[in-house]
Amino acid sequence: MSISTFLARGLFQSDAARTTTRSPIPGFPLALGFTLFWLGLIVLLPLAGVFFKTATLGPAEIWHIASSERVLAALRLSFGTALLAALLNAVFGLLVAWVFVRYEFPGKRLFDAAIDLPFALPTAVAGIALTALYAPNGWIGSLLEPLGLKVAYTPLGIVVALTFIGLPFVVRTVEPVLRDVEREFEEAAAALGATRAQTIVRVILPSILPSLLTGFALAFARGVGEYGSVIFIAGNIPFVSEIAPLLIVIRLEEFNYAAATTVAALMLVVSFAMLLAINALQAWSNRHRSRHPAAATKENLR
Amino acid sequence: MSTVNSAAIARVAHSSATTEAPWVRYTLVALALAFLAAFLLLPLVSVFTEALRNGLGTYIEALTDADALAAIKLTLIASAIAVPANLVFGVAAAWAITKFEFRGKTFLTTLIDLPFSVSPVVAGLVYVLMFGASGWARPLLDTTNMQIIFAVPGIVLANIFVTFPFVARELIPLMQEQGTDDEQAALSLGANGWQTFWHVTLPNVRWALLYGVLLCNARAMGEFGAVSVVSGHIRGKTNTVPLHVEILYNEYNFAAAFAVASLLAGLALLTLGLKSLLETRYGSELARSQKH
Repeated sequence: MSISTFLARGLFQSDAARTTTRSPIPGFPLALGFTLFWLGLIVLLPLAGVFFKTATLGPAEIWHIASSERVLAALRLSFGTALLAALLNAVFGLLVAWVFVRYEFPGKRLFDAAIDLPFALPTAVAGIALTALYAPNGWIGSLLEPLGLKVAYTPLGIVVALTFIGLPFVVRTVEPVLRDVEREFEEAAAALGATRAQTIVRVILPSILPSLLTGFALAFARGVGEYGSVIFIAGNIPFVSEIAPLLIVIRLEEFNYAAATTVAALMLVVSFAMLLAINALQAWSNRHRSRHPAAATKENLR
Repeated sequence: MSTVNSAAIARVAHSSATTEAPWVRYTLVALALAFLAAFLLLPLVSVFTEALRNGLGTYIEALTDADALAAIKLTLIASAIAVPANLVFGVAAAWAITKFEFRGKTFLTTLIDLPFSVSPVVAGLVYVLMFGASGWARPLLDTTNMQIIFAVPGIVLANIFVTFPFVARELIPLMQEQGTDDEQAALSLGANGWQTFWHVTLPNVRWALLYGVLLCNARAMGEFGAVSVVSGHIRGKTNTVPLHVEILYNEYNFAAAFAVASLLAGLALLTLGLKSLLETRYGSELARSQKH
């Protein structure tokens, strides 16, 4: 056994190697070694730098920066608008997923491909397009203006941009689970005398709830950190429509690395928490799916 | 008798209680499509109408401008480095995670997904802290005199960061489903490791690989936030296409901004078209738990 093999086995010992003395498939040390090296170099080490830099500031200065009115206002705005947009997406995303799984209608394939547009369209393009639409002289903005509703250059514009960005997360998470819901359960509920509304609320909703929450969390997490699509439509007025990522950019341009890094560290902590929550939700969702005996059988047959 | 009964019950149940009344169905479909049209299709249409507002002449002029061409060239170079880098990483990570059992595997998979939950701005910031004027990794570079921030390497690094998980997360679920039977068969017939990889594993996952590369490339070419932080916005030098759009837009040169943006919108449409082609043609050869 070479030294590199020995090291890789020691750090991330292969269970297969332990039980059968030698894994039948080669390449474990090389593949894992390269994965860990690249992950460390590109992602972990640079991210660790943020916390390292923040730690050198000392608790008093961190507190001073984090508790400043402008930072708090930016964080409140980022989280508030992301939450609102994720809620909107949960409602409309569920509606869209439902319609696509359960009904047939003309243009279905075209609309289905369009759902992924926010994944494929660069955020800056989405930003200027939405601004053009919702500006007072835009196609949608000019309709809302007489109603006294201003969207572009207000926090409402941020919600619109984040709704655009987050939509596919909810639809694509709920869709496969909704497709798996057994019609037999609905028929059984109906045969036992449930009304359609009762069947939906008591039978269908509980089985897709974990996936709906996962999609909601994914959309929320994406929205909190979103930058490109928001800065064009937001107006970017400090204390009113200035999101946290923009504040990081502004501080960086002033060479105020301490402030930029502290806000970034705060956002990273939230990102990690969200990632853990999403993982837990997904695990719950998978357990939920496999608990249905019928679903489990189907899974095994595939 | 009993089968007739249950069939009849099933039919009745199906028509009345397992679906909605027609008017409910039509309302829901209309609502969903109106929402999609307003939120997805209208922005897309507006990119092209705004781009052509001042006529085809302005449109072509905006695209053939020297700064625009330099931005296009830089974008192509950056993604030509970032995509292959993540392709190699994705294959290696998927090989390690799906073909072997080891402790900490779930944790490793979570770490690979990490860049997706980091704000693009923070993704750019981490490299500024590392390689910027007073960066902590700066001493490593002083001997080489290499410029990373406000230069092309920084843009490439930022692109690699934000597209990091794309290929790996397409491959991992598929290779998990496929297991190791094919590889074990090849090995027992005398193939060596590389032969097994090139002739057995790679053909098994080629469409999922292409799918991952497609999404990775779209994101790399369109990335804005992370690249914006590390680029320095030097016209003709460190401007990518999305950054060029921003500069034109902030100069109130809207027609030109939308003209350049329409290039990126075209790329997005091409990506979506190829993606749904892959899904219809080779859906069974992509991972069942497709998320995109």
